Amino acid sequence: MGEVKLIGTHQSFPCARIEWGLKIKGVEYEYLKEDLSNKSDLLIESNPVHKKVPVLIHKGNPIAESLVILEYIDETWKDNNAHSLLPQNPYERALARFWAKFIDEKCVISVWGACVAQEGEEKEKAVEGAIETLSHLEKQIKGKKFFGGEKIGYLDIVAGWLSYWLSVLEELGEIELVNAERFPCLHEWGKNFINTSPIKDCIPPREDVLAYFSFGINYVRSMAPNKA
Amino acid sequence: MADEVVLLDFWPSPFGMRVRIALAEKGIDYEGREEDLSNKSPLLLKMNPVNKQIPVLIHKGRPISESLIIVQYIDEAWSNNKSPLLPSDPYQRANARFWADYIDKKIYSTGRLVWGTTGEVQEKAKEELRESFRVLEKELAEKTYFGGDMFGLVDVALIPFYSWFYTLETTANFSITEEFPRLVSWAKRCMQRDSVSNSVPDQYKIYDFLLDLKKKMHSIE
Repeated sequence: MGEVKLIGTHQSFPCARIEWGLKIKGVEYEYLKEDLSNKSDLLIESNPVHKKVPVLIHKGNPIAESLVILEYIDETWKDNNAHSLLPQNPYERALARFWAKFIDEKCVISVWGACVAQEGEEKEKAVEGAIETLSHLEKQIKGKKFFGGEKIGYLDIVAGWLSYWLSVLEELGEIELVNAERFPCLHEWGKNFINTSPIKDCIPPREDVLAYFSFGINYVRSMAPNKA
Repeated sequence: MADEVVLLDFWPSPFGMRVRIALAEKGIDYEGREEDLSNKSPLLLKMNPVNKQIPVLIHKGRPISESLIIVQYIDEAWSNNKSPLLPSDPYQRANARFWADYIDKKIYSTGRLVWGTTGEVQEKAKEELRESFRVLEKELAEKTYFGGDMFGLVDVALIPFYSWFYTLETTANFSITEEFPRLVSWAKRCMQRDSVSNSVPDQYKIYDFLLDLKKKMHSIE
């Protein structure tokens, strides 16, 4: 099927998504580890528009943006009983894409905002907002083992950061968003997801994720206007 | 079969325009319902409880939201149709999705900033918009449409924005036509398609609408 390379960093959850997708499909690939503080020529050539990871290179063709890459993987490796990531039915595919967009935009932003916000009313409001967005996901996962049903699918992969990266953000932000009391179904899904192969085989060490996020959080906080 | 497809819409919305174009390209009969966004209908709130926004396509009673997701749904649900909106090759499909995503991230929000702000903030937004247009012109190159010979997803994603050009030029004092002639030629080519000209309002109508909106916003302050 041609050579497959993935340009990424292990701490980044969008990159983890691609590894999960490739491994579920049984696709062999070469991981090209990127140093984001000193971007490689290959990354800049392969993704000149955004210069970000992950980038998948297949038969020399680069594809960027994790959600776009996941659909490409699903459409390219679909024979040999390869496990389908997205549903077959157009309506269910539309729903999966809707929730993926919701997670990637609303959830990531509200969780990050709650984490970064400093003490006080601003933080309380941000936490409330994050809880509200996550409550939609609790409803979606209720009654199901995975978002994809019995097997892990596209939406589980997109939501995957909630099962591991989230707890690091919660620790750094000194907040608690997903726990067994507030979101029992999401909490249970997270445990199932992170403990399943091949998901658990691509999890970066917690210290690396801590370092990665705390750099970002401190940067954002240092850019905030000084408050009296 | 028209009662099977309903579109909750708002005439000046570029996102609503995308769906109108896709439905017209496919020759799909539908019932269009105009929403009053200051007084959203119970149907809208029921069909899109998460974002409460238009457009929402309701097909056989089931709602789909988010304009580009709706456009892809239309392409997949009416796939026996002669007018595919996405190519069949996975790499070309990925390329189309990448550029549609780029347009979603870069064009609309930056355009709104150019329209809604002044001074330094506006200047910065104008520069960002110019940079995005440069990138898009480069991607378009000498092609008829973004997908090549085939009018498709990326064209559908971007062309509604053409109705904003006059407003942006007037508000921010620059000429998109002079600075980005290839992009404007592409836009005029798209506007020659019935599906597009019937879905994208005239630039002056949009200008009047946005002017009115600005006045209302300022009178609230």
